[in-house]
Order: sequence, then C-alpha cells, then structure tokens
Amino acid sequence: MSDRRVVITGIGALTPVGKTAPDFWNGLISGKSGARPIEHFDTEDFPTKFAAQIEDYDELDYFDRKEARRLDKVCQYALIAAEEAIQDTGLDLEEVDRDRVAVIVGTGIGGMITFYDQSISFHEHGPRGVSPFFIPMLIPDMVAGQISIKYGFKGPNFCAVSACATGSHNIGLAYDSIKSGQCDMAVSGGSEAPVSRIGVAGFTSMRAMSNRNDDPQTASRPFDKNRDGFVLGEGSGILFLEEYEHAKQRGARIYGELIGYGFSADAHHITAPDPDGKGVILAINRALDAAGIEPEDIDHINMHGTSTPLGDIAETNSIKKVFGDHAYEINHNSTKSMTGHSLGAAGAMEALATMLATYHGIIPPTINYETPDPECDLDYTVNEAVVRDVKYALNNAFGFGGHNTTLVFKKFEE
Amino acid sequence: MSQDVESKVKAIIVDKLGVDEEEVTHDANFTNDLGADSLDTVELIMEFEKEFDISIPDEDAENIATVGNAVEYLQDKV
Repeated sequence: MSDRRVVITGIGALTPVGKTAPDFWNGLISGKSGARPIEHFDTEDFPTKFAAQIEDYDELDYFDRKEARRLDKVCQYALIAAEEAIQDTGLDLEEVDRDRVAVIVGTGIGGMITFYDQSISFHEHGPRGVSPFFIPMLIPDMVAGQISIKYGFKGPNFCAVSACATGSHNIGLAYDSIKSGQCDMAVSGGSEAPVSRIGVAGFTSMRAMSNRNDDPQTASRPFDKNRDGFVLGEGSGILFLEEYEHAKQRGARIYGELIGYGFSADAHHITAPDPDGKGVILAINRALDAAGIEPEDIDHINMHGTSTPLGDIAETNSIKKVFGDHAYEINHNSTKSMTGHSLGAAGAMEALATMLATYHGIIPPTINYETPDPECDLDYTVNEAVVRDVKYALNNAFGFGGHNTTLVFKKFEE
Repeated sequence: MSQDVESKVKAIIVDKLGVDEEEVTHDANFTNDLGADSLDTVELIMEFEKEFDISIPDEDAENIATVGNAVEYLQDKV
C-alpha cells in the first residue's frame, strides 16, 4: 500500500490476569489463571458457575459516580486500557496533532449488560421506563467514540464488529489507516464485558463453555485431550500504533512492528469451524504474503486456541497444512488458557501478548496441559514459558460467523 | 409533604447528575449550574415521573429548568 511502517509505541491492558499491561505480561509468563467463581451475579441456576474475571474491579477506582453510571462496562474497560496505552507513549497531548490520531477499537457485542437491564426496565415500566442513555450505552461503536471524546482525537473513528476476531480486525484496520496516510497514530484494540446473567446463559445454551465447576483454574485447557469448552473472559487490550518516522522523530520507545495481516471467511457455518480449515489457511497465507515473508521465517504463533474440542483440532490442522514440517519448529501457545476467552477483546489482548513475545524474547505458556491429544500434536509451549528470540510471530483470531484474522508482528529493528 | 417533595427531588438530582447536595440550590439551573446535557435532563424528568407516579407532558418538561421549577411543579401535581 505504501512504504510507511507501523510500530507499537504504547500498550494498555485490563485483564483477568493483570490490570495493567506489565501485570498482564507478568501474569502470562508466570502461567497465572484468571478463572474463578463468578462474582458479578448469583449462579445458582447456571450450569457454568465460573469465568475469568478482572480481579477486584471497582468502577469508582477509575471514574466518578456520574461517569460510571453513563458508561457500560465495555466502555469503562476500553477507556481504562486506552488511558494506560496513551500515557505509555510518552506523547504530550498538548503538542501532538490530535487531528492525526485515529481511534479504531471494537467490541464483539457492545453494551450487553445495559441491554439486559433496560429490557427489564422496559418490561416493568413500559416505553417510558427506558433510559435516554440506553442507546448510547448499548451501541458497539461507542467504545471508539468515548475514547475520541475524552482525548479530542479527530482521526478516523469507528469499530469493526466480528465477534471473537473483533480485536484483530480493528488493529488491522488501524494499521491500514496509518499506511494509507489517513492518520499518523491510532488507538487500536478491543473490549468486552460479557460476564452477565444473559451472556453466560447464552453461551451455556450453546454448550460452548466448560462445566468444570469444581476446578475453574484448570478449565481452560487448550489442546489437552480432556478440554470441554471455553471459559468466558472480560476486559480490554489496547495497542497504540504509530507511523515509524513519526515515532523515531520524537524518540519514542518502540515495542515492536506490525508488518501485515490476512483476513478471510470460512463461508461454512455460523459457529462451527470448517474442519478443512480452508478459510484459516487463506488468512495465514494472505498475512505471510502481505508481510513479504516465508512460512519458515515464523518462530511463534499465538493461536486462537479456545479449548473447544473441534476448534483446537481444526486450527492445528490448518497450521500444519501451511507450515508443513516447519510447524513443529514453531512455539505455539494459547493465551486463553490463562485469560479465558474475552470475545471482542481476545484478539487485542493476544496481539499484545504476541507483540510482547517479540519484544522480550519470551513465549508465554499454554497452561493446564496434562493429557496429549493425538490430533493436537504441535509444540504448544506447555505449562512453562520458553525463552526464545522471536523475529516473526503470527497471531490468529477467529469469530462466530466464520471470520478469520492473522496479524504478523516483527521484532523491532531500525 | 412539600418538604418531602423537595428532599426527594434533590436526592434524585444528586444521584443522577452526580453533584454535591450543597450545589442543588433552589435557583440552580440543571444545564448551566449542574452540568446536565440534554439526555441528563430527559432522564431527570423520567425519574421524577417514576418517583411521584405521574406523567409530565413534554410541554411542561420544557419549562422545568431549575431545581425550584421542578420542586414547585411537582408540589403542585402531587
């Protein structure tokens, strides 16, 4: 598209394994699980009684009472992670050209808790029981809108919605906005707040979630033979992207470089992965092409790896088809073994983890791996982090609807 | 009863607008003094309706701009 390069100069995270980006990373490399019994509501009549949750979250630690009431949790989480990422860049917001800063941050669902609460109020009080803040708190794009309003960023502003691929799509589109010259900087990523009565009920009805109520911390066990579904998560991950010359000129700290992506569709089923993985293979190949690198260049793949029986096999098979024998030389992992699956935030948290693996030269583990599954036979970096120089790394994210994304990160070199 | 209406109105304003009780004076204007935007104002009216179990027509709501306006209107209706 152009020779403009896109680097990462700020990071923010609010996750079940850490409430800041450094704590998130430390949680990952130490193999910490964020899963525990649900605290947000009474789970007595629910088959799944746990989720990966942000520890001791109190909205009043971050917002005043009025702000907190006007913001669905999905916006709160994004604003918190965005604030950390923006502070982390070292930019002086009074000096920077804020017309040249995009905000492209998504959510897979939007203000689900608001929708639930307002539906009840409507049921009890009729149309006049619905808050004037219902619509603005519900709509998914408000995540991007709220961040731009807070900081006065007037670059491109929207959110792409693609279920569990949302975070990655938004980062890819933010990359495009910088490459094409629409802006020089972008707040990008995803946020989700689905741990609610209706959210948990929806996923349990799909039989998609683990029921390991007696031991929540070991429930998310991607690639393990005894995996029985995903663990719901929540939170936000934010990457501040910046055009390389702009970053260099101001002497910014550069964490890593985003060098391409591949997007595709399964065109197969609303929720089940294509067992042949044709769509995933397309996304990975497109990403490698866009980045101008060969399969043999890849050191690390942060997989979608949700811990569902079918999904983990389909993704493993796709990777083996693209990489052949080299697939066994790659350190793979699943961040979701620790964070759970935070839907629209997952792709962003995992992009952050992938990029940090290139920065630190450490690959976080896939935890809870006990019993090998003959159909999942790659090196998943099981149970312990691995020290390895990572020059090129891929990050996969897939969403209900058959959306596939692969991002390519490169260890930063001048 | 009138004291009751006034204290209930003030409590709603404190809660919905996130302001301190001392700021909610008789002459305080929702928009200019208490930082309410158009949606906040709509929400206040709806809360008054819920609290006092009445319906406030839009043409009446337009004239409720201050704490005093609200208290007097509601004392009249309740």
